[in-house]
Amino acid sequence: MHGTTEEPRGRAELRCSHPTAETVLVELSGSWRLQDEVPALTDVEQQIEATPRLQRLTFDTTGLTAWDSGLVTFLLELMAFGAQRQMVVAQEGLPEGLRRLLHLATAVPERQGARRETIRAPFLDRVGQETLALIAAVGDLLGFIGEAMLALVKLCRGQARFRPVELIMLIQECGVQALPIVTLICFLVGAILAFIGAVQLAMFGAQIYVANLVGMAMTLEMGAMMTAIIMAGRTGAAFAAQLGTMTVNEEIDALTTLGLSPMEFLVVPRMLALVTMMPLLTLYGDLLGILGGGLIGVTVLGISPVEYFQQTRAALTLSACAQGLIKSAVYGMLVALAGCLRGMQCGRSAAAVGQATTSAVVTSIVCIILASAILTVIFFRVW
Amino acid sequence: MTPADVHITVNHLTMAYGSFIIQRDLTFTVQRGDIFIIMGGSGCGKSTLLRHLIGLKPPTQGEVRIDGESFWEASPEAQDRLKRRFGVLFQSGALWSSMTLAENVALALEQYTALSAARIRQQVALKLALVGLAGFEDYYPSQISGGMQKRAGLARAMALDPDILFFDEPSAGLDPISSRLLDELILELRDSLGATVVVVTHELASIFTIGNNSVFLDADSKTMIASGDPKHLRDACPDPKVRTFLTRGDVSGKTA
Repeated sequence: MHGTTEEPRGRAELRCSHPTAETVLVELSGSWRLQDEVPALTDVEQQIEATPRLQRLTFDTTGLTAWDSGLVTFLLELMAFGAQRQMVVAQEGLPEGLRRLLHLATAVPERQGARRETIRAPFLDRVGQETLALIAAVGDLLGFIGEAMLALVKLCRGQARFRPVELIMLIQECGVQALPIVTLICFLVGAILAFIGAVQLAMFGAQIYVANLVGMAMTLEMGAMMTAIIMAGRTGAAFAAQLGTMTVNEEIDALTTLGLSPMEFLVVPRMLALVTMMPLLTLYGDLLGILGGGLIGVTVLGISPVEYFQQTRAALTLSACAQGLIKSAVYGMLVALAGCLRGMQCGRSAAAVGQATTSAVVTSIVCIILASAILTVIFFRVW
Repeated sequence: MTPADVHITVNHLTMAYGSFIIQRDLTFTVQRGDIFIIMGGSGCGKSTLLRHLIGLKPPTQGEVRIDGESFWEASPEAQDRLKRRFGVLFQSGALWSSMTLAENVALALEQYTALSAARIRQQVALKLALVGLAGFEDYYPSQISGGMQKRAGLARAMALDPDILFFDEPSAGLDPISSRLLDELILELRDSLGATVVVVTHELASIFTIGNNSVFLDADSKTMIASGDPKHLRDACPDPKVRTFLTRGDVSGKTA
């Protein structure tokens, strides 16, 4: 078998003749490779159909200079066509290697039921199936949260099994290593808030209240939310990728067969790390946001730093700070749960790990915003 | 065959993913000290059967009894207790990639025994030496070859001196010499520790070297079609499929 893609295109030729009334002799000559110009099968088919009562199909390949899989597929189609018309196909004129390939290709018949049909279901069917899948997904999420809560209870009783070393490494990853990005983003968010607020307040000559705006916005919500979204993208995705890869490598199965609960061993330390680090990061983020707002207040609005500081201090309340910190702890729990859930639900391929990380970030952010709305309403009523 | 000799019993086990049945009505017994081979063609559900035996997948129907106790009907605490008596070697080793080999082997000892750190280190060194990996305690799984990962996985499976060892395709990816050495190690473990061994494999050399009991799963009829000593099945099994499998196609004269 010959044929490389660098060689020039050749020509193939095909002639049909009738040595006897019931036999058609197909002469193949020239170069029959994938990159060559070959005659269409329909020419032969038409010639065969034009002549009635043909019973034998024979070949002559003395003029054949080169061939590869292109000729094999051509002949398979031709032979199938001949078999359809109840013709006997004589392979003697074909080269030895070609005959063996033809035999191999037809040796194992197609397994019944193996070929999968893709039928496009009607629209309502698909809506129904997607809804059922969504309900099942919500059920999975609630089940996971329930198991996580049970594991936390075990933790409080001191019975949860995990490696303390891992908890310390996670705290470092979720806490210290997140400081640079939290610094940058919260500082800029504070500055943006101040800038937008300044434009509106300047219309009333009330620029000084920018300090109130930035202070209250950051402590009540923005500090917690921005930090949570940062952690969702950075740590939620990391948890999903790590646990997803462990699922692909059967490492989680190895834990289960040892009798160690993956929930206690993997998820509890991650939840603990995030729930303890998020409030600290949020506090830090709040301060930086106020600083960012202060920079705008001083440079753009001409407020003196002391005035800005005094105004902020007067506006902030302890309850506002507390609300922000409680929210941040809840967000931390949600990010950890979403990341770990998607990681453990991961399929067994590289693409599945990618999907798991994407899904973890999206789920985290959706849960954060939902929780924010619910908590805001609760605090409004209760506080 | 006294009741005390029976270690694992499987009764009318049916395995399915949703409505897709993989194998049905499997019934067999593993005696204490057996080296039990689970074999069959590709895709017949051997690894799935192993997952049912080690507590990773509940059966759709039927039961799995360890020393007479039904595994899947026991409480979670009882199941954990039973699982601690298993040692499992997964097909690719499944070592925890963020821990060194020593930490991998030590985890079970740290969690389930009250041994001091020094004694745990001794045990870890022993287990790694038994599989020929002495000196590799501080290597991470990504830093060693596939064959070494398997041996480390075996050392981890032996950490708590288990009664029952499960191997999922232990010879996959090993050269013939390493495969032979692993077979000899399995025989040694059975003889010295008195462990019962369940092996999923289709390496004929290993099957005949170490196996003394087996079950043959068929993908077409989705049930078991033979059980017993592999050498006896090769010579005298009534079902031609089993004999063809065990002689690599020589019986009927066709290859594969």
